[in-house]
Amino acid sequence: MLSARGEREETMIQWLIEPFQFAFMQRGMIASIIVGMLCAIIGCYVILRSMAFLGDALAHAILPGVAVAYLFGVNLLWGALAAAILVAILINYFTKTERVKEDTAIGILFAAALALGIAIISTIRTYAVDLSHILFGNVLSVSGQDLILILGLSLTILIILILSYRPLKIITFDPILAKTLNLPVEGFHLLLLILLAVTIVVSLQTVGIGLVAAMLVTPPAAAALLTRRLSAMIGVSAGIGAFSSLIGLYISFYLNVASGAAIVLVATFIFLLAFFLAPRRGLLWSKLGKKHAG
Amino acid sequence: MVALKDITVKIPHGALVAIVGPNGAGKSTLFKALVGLLPIQSGMIRIHGQPLGQHKNCVAYIPQREELDWHFPVTVKDVVMMSRYGELGWFAAPKRYDQNIVDENLEKMGIAALRNHRLDELSGGQQQRVFLARALSQEPHILLMDEPFSGVDAATQEITLGIFELLHERKVTTLVSTHDLNMATSKFELILLLNKEVIAFGKPTEVFTHQSVQAAFGDHLLYLDGGILVEECCPPVEKEKKP
Repeated sequence: MLSARGEREETMIQWLIEPFQFAFMQRGMIASIIVGMLCAIIGCYVILRSMAFLGDALAHAILPGVAVAYLFGVNLLWGALAAAILVAILINYFTKTERVKEDTAIGILFAAALALGIAIISTIRTYAVDLSHILFGNVLSVSGQDLILILGLSLTILIILILSYRPLKIITFDPILAKTLNLPVEGFHLLLLILLAVTIVVSLQTVGIGLVAAMLVTPPAAAALLTRRLSAMIGVSAGIGAFSSLIGLYISFYLNVASGAAIVLVATFIFLLAFFLAPRRGLLWSKLGKKHAG
Repeated sequence: MVALKDITVKIPHGALVAIVGPNGAGKSTLFKALVGLLPIQSGMIRIHGQPLGQHKNCVAYIPQREELDWHFPVTVKDVVMMSRYGELGWFAAPKRYDQNIVDENLEKMGIAALRNHRLDELSGGQQQRVFLARALSQEPHILLMDEPFSGVDAATQEITLGIFELLHERKVTTLVSTHDLNMATSKFELILLLNKEVIAFGKPTEVFTHQSVQAAFGDHLLYLDGGILVEECCPPVEKEKKP
């Protein structure tokens, strides 16, 4: 596309600004960056608490909620929110009875919810198009109203996370210490589940439910390789999430790639860089260190 | 998790107690019940005469190695400072007193120079000393240590034993689980011999009789000229379960 325009004098700045002459691109960009940061922040707790599978399952489990909301013409986000919280509570319930292991309970509920969602959507005529928007997101469809909802929910989640930073850190690192300090360990676990559910719902339009797990896991995994403290990990992770969203959207605009996929691929590329090149914890570093010692 | 039954023990204030028993005797279970991490089906645990849950910051617990994620992004000083969060609450920044006590204990454990290192940059022994420093900084009345002697270097073992004396001076009740009978006999005042229930409780000479040790360790014993050798002295390596 770039060469097709053939205007060599066009400056870099114009190239960068061009996508944003459209209002829907502006909204899409703001939504993507906010969601990228939010997923990356809450994702730090997701990977440190080994909840990655749960995050993926919750994402798929909101499909029936979205489908029902679509059928009744309600804002999809509300349907998704109801479904996500319901599934989070159900997983908690099945696990508590101790007859089923947690990952089994997650696996069953997630597949069942996905099947129910597809069953409902398949009764709708424009089935394929709608399903692909929900699965992979459609950042260009973010309306002004959606953006306000995304902003509001994100801000709420951020404030809750900031207020509970210290107890969450202790509960995640050392639940036994948390217990001796009389912190409500189970309560915080449920709170985190609900915050995670809301985060997934907020990211529905930008990356879609098929790829949100990547945004929850990949930026924090890269950040963990680059930092020494949780606060730094959260900051760096948020930066990677925002940067991936920005670059991903440019790639999406100029190369005509699906936006969610482009964002996730950029994040993955950053993770690979960190995995190999991170000081001290990178693969290359430890190889060199061994050679040095040997 | 192993279930325990009929545990009736009264541990005097400031005592140094070894909890001895074979693997699967319920040593960790007992500790977790003591911090309120596991439910109690009948009976009661009282600390200073009050039921569990009434105390803040009273019990410090040094977990077994497997119970922690050693790759958590946290510095040595962060870990030790966590001990003060019970006092500081959710938001307050550490005060001078908190800083001093943390610095003092880092110094005492010989890890002050490592304060800004991430936990996974330390050796196993150094990591254990971080948790000793944290436990001391918590200023507890009761300290629980789960197998502090397994898999650490001699220097750390030495420091750990030194800490027992310090704790004794400070009148901190210290419960240490171990399967090292020699260590238990030579360094501890009281022994709680455990195998899913209390086999014996008292001074080492009273507790380590032929019958009681037989009852606790069963077939894993060899008797050699008055000495006792426990065959299974290290925890078996758990094989990873494949789905």
